[in-house]
Amino acid sequence: MITAPTIEYFALAPLLIIFGAAIIGVLVEAFAPRYLRRAVHVPLTLLSLVGAFALVILQTIRGVPTTPAAMGSVAVDGPTLFIWGTILVLSFVSILLINDEEQFVPSAASVPGSAEEEKAITEGAAHTEVYPLALFAIGGMLLFPASNDLLIMFVALEVMSLPLYLLCGLARRRRLLSQEASVKYFLLGAFSSAFFLYGTALLYGFAGTVDLVGISRALAAAGGTETLLLVGTAMLGVGLLFKIGAAPFQAWKPDVYQGAPTPITALMASGTLVAAFGAVLRVFWVALGNDSWNWQPIMWGVAALTMVVGSILAITQTDIKRMLAYSSIAHAGFLLVGVMAVGEKGQNALALSGLLFYLVTYGITTVGAFAVVTLVRDPGGEAWHLSRWAGLGKRSPKLAGLFAFFLLAFAGIPLTSGFFGKYAVFRSAVAVGQGWLTGLVVLAVVASAAAAFFYVRVIVLMFFSDPSADGPTVVTPSWATSTVVGFSAFATVALGVFPQPVLDLAEKAAKSLFVQ
Amino acid sequence: MTAIPWLSILMGVSVLGALGVSFLKNDKVAKQATLGVSLLVLVLAVVMTVGFSPNGDRFQYAETYDWIPSFGVHYAVAVDGVALVLILLSAILVPIVVLASWHDAEQGKRSVRTYFALLLVLEAMMIGVFAATDVFLFYVFFEAMLIPMYFMIGSYGGAQRSYAAVKFLLYSLFGGLLMLVAVIALYNVADKNSFLFPELIGAVTDPTTQKWLFLGFFIAFAIKAPLWPVHTWLPDAAAQAPAGAAVLLVGVLDKVGTFGMLRFCLELFPDAAKWATPVVIALSVIGIVYGAIVAIGQTDIKRLIAYTSISHFGFITMGVFAMTTTAASGATLYMVNHGFSTGVLFLVAGFLIYRRGSQFIADYGGVQKVAPLLAGAFLIAGLSGLSLPGLSTFVSEFMVLLGTFERYAVPAIIGTTGVILAAIYILWMYQRTMNGPTAESVAEMKDLNGRERWVVAPLIALIVVLGFFPKPLLDVINPAVKESLVNVKVTDPAPVVAVKEGQ
Repeated sequence: MITAPTIEYFALAPLLIIFGAAIIGVLVEAFAPRYLRRAVHVPLTLLSLVGAFALVILQTIRGVPTTPAAMGSVAVDGPTLFIWGTILVLSFVSILLINDEEQFVPSAASVPGSAEEEKAITEGAAHTEVYPLALFAIGGMLLFPASNDLLIMFVALEVMSLPLYLLCGLARRRRLLSQEASVKYFLLGAFSSAFFLYGTALLYGFAGTVDLVGISRALAAAGGTETLLLVGTAMLGVGLLFKIGAAPFQAWKPDVYQGAPTPITALMASGTLVAAFGAVLRVFWVALGNDSWNWQPIMWGVAALTMVVGSILAITQTDIKRMLAYSSIAHAGFLLVGVMAVGEKGQNALALSGLLFYLVTYGITTVGAFAVVTLVRDPGGEAWHLSRWAGLGKRSPKLAGLFAFFLLAFAGIPLTSGFFGKYAVFRSAVAVGQGWLTGLVVLAVVASAAAAFFYVRVIVLMFFSDPSADGPTVVTPSWATSTVVGFSAFATVALGVFPQPVLDLAEKAAKSLFVQ
Repeated sequence: MTAIPWLSILMGVSVLGALGVSFLKNDKVAKQATLGVSLLVLVLAVVMTVGFSPNGDRFQYAETYDWIPSFGVHYAVAVDGVALVLILLSAILVPIVVLASWHDAEQGKRSVRTYFALLLVLEAMMIGVFAATDVFLFYVFFEAMLIPMYFMIGSYGGAQRSYAAVKFLLYSLFGGLLMLVAVIALYNVADKNSFLFPELIGAVTDPTTQKWLFLGFFIAFAIKAPLWPVHTWLPDAAAQAPAGAAVLLVGVLDKVGTFGMLRFCLELFPDAAKWATPVVIALSVIGIVYGAIVAIGQTDIKRLIAYTSISHFGFITMGVFAMTTTAASGATLYMVNHGFSTGVLFLVAGFLIYRRGSQFIADYGGVQKVAPLLAGAFLIAGLSGLSLPGLSTFVSEFMVLLGTFERYAVPAIIGTTGVILAAIYILWMYQRTMNGPTAESVAEMKDLNGRERWVVAPLIALIVVLGFFPKPLLDVINPAVKESLVNVKVTDPAPVVAVKEGQ
């Protein structure tokens, strides 16, 4: 007699809504006439995100579950709900950007510059599959940090990544770069997935289970010197660190961010990063928390390398999106500092709340920055070369001012949200009271100073250089894009001046830590 | 009296004024509004100063509200005598700078109202940074005030402006970020769940920890001050900034560094400060002599003034770290006097440069004959720069040297050579620009107009009055400095020759 598994439908409802809407989206693609599709997709997508967000709020109010859902395979706990809320908000604003029809290719399968493509453009074709694809990716992002066993986590990883590989190749301009980005991302992503899966297998060999809590128990019983455990941890780490773009696995990030359509870049740089950090935390804290003295030294090196590589290579970039990609790498390094700040329960909660807050601030500012990038255009698409941004401050002071503000937030100047994000994470690392971690914080602030250089360089270009005669035009933003920019700017100011409410939320979410 | 939140009002008026000015359409109205707002702030600051009782509590006009309870951060402001005089200095300099910069922003065809709005934002932050009694709040102002200054230099400065602006920002940011680590560590080590300055005094007892934290704070302040050898950003920034911004940069912003040393480095980490004293005094003495010698060799008027300031900041840090009442009071008085004297020097130099369109000394000559008032103002400003007795800087420089001599005789003696060198760089610059045959290029130069006289006159009056009668300022400064030094646990050395009763 096999008892049926119990599924906590209410706890999983946000996931189910997103996946359900994605499947309906596929059906719309199959059955709705072409002219109707966009009109159905946009409200469907946005409403499902709002619905899922409302359910997350409802669950938070009704009390956070203290046991994992779905027979222990999905953990809907405080941190998960916070991460879900963050991802849903970030996805909502990214979808608003995606809604801008200028961004996507009319016919992805046709050769760039061919007659077929011409035909598709004149016919007004459009890939409305973008919406369900994005929803699947978002669903994967939600499941990834919530998975409580390694197999579910792998499934989530793939559900999240596969649509993104495809979406990366759909940029309307600079088609070859976009396709190159897509292929690179796919190949490297497949490699990293393979690493992740192999690591899972080895850890299964060590612990006899793929359950995160089970691995933790096995660790407590066996000690931390088994070869299977060490190799498995390393492989799992490669797979996860690849997703957050930590050095030395960062090579894909600039290429992919540059080639992908900018709204997709915004989604990846915000939502995927948040999801991936959630997963990193869950694996390293829940499953491997008892083994921290084994992975911390490696993680130290990775974090240091990531910050240095991100900050220094960004200086040499001439493409605005590549520069933001390296900035994202540097930020991943700063976040990794917090991942190492483990200790007592209170210390863990401190580090976790700091990381959660940092992820919110960074995600929102990133979406805002990329939204501005979509608005500055040359005849051939976005004005990607940095030199084209020269003198923008004179031509459209408001937009340039907003972008400068986002850059200052990335640099972590006080009175912007970025400052408190960095502060929260660095504080938790210093609170551990270990010299090696405090040293890393010092390295992190030195890297921040180096990173400030390239942010400031863009501000110098925009405000202190004279505009060229044939400079880029700033298009009048659609209501959606203005909403995104406005929201990001508002949040960046509000969280920079009065961060307490969100800090409270993050603290509350982090207090119970991950369910065991 | 205690119910009125004076400091918040001062900042609030400036910030609201900045917002209002940035929305004005007419440039002329924007300038007048800025002047009006800054004068209002000055009046309020003067009223506040009058209500301050020098021998009352150390911190007055205190306001404390929770800002970010999770981080233990408060919006806490209050002034002691030292902070008060520096706030007063800022409040006096801003309207003068506004008046002096009347046409500065127009040259580059850049937004005039943005420039004046930035000035007011900067004023609010200058008041905030001196008033903050929460270490975190101080840090926030310390870093945030870089941004308006950065834009003022970068958008409105000279030919090399963007290089100078970036250099200024990165130097300061680097120091500031190191300080951030120290701020975080201070919070954790003290374990008080609070950043309030009075609670943190004496909280760090372990000598090694003190030394590390001291270094974090000190490097930031040394860059800000700037102390030799991290001074190299100042000549660039000051030379490229518009004259008005240069006044605020050198006159007020740099004082944050020396103020921070006195307030935070000494009081929070007294043992570490004593440990570091020999090095700091040595660096100060090097700064005094080096700044003066390099100033002599300058060909650019603004760079020359910047280097004289490096020399003067050497005196100030020497006075702070001598840790005697006389020296520390003298250093504080020096901060104020230097603000006025360098301010007028920069402004008059700015008028000169505006007329001729060149910063180079070689382009001038015999200006005195065509523009006697301008030359006269320049001379008085210069003489106060070289600390002529009877002018205010003399009092403070003398006090610093005297106070330092009580404890460190040799550095004080070497430092005295700075006074002699000052005479060379000032008088030689005056001679080359103002005396001699009138150069053709300046033959048509107009003398100071009404607006410019209004800029120069108050400053010169202050320099002369404070030169003869510094007592009111010292009455405010002395008690605060004494209380600071009590926290550092130092006592003034006994005089070598005993004072005999009845003589």
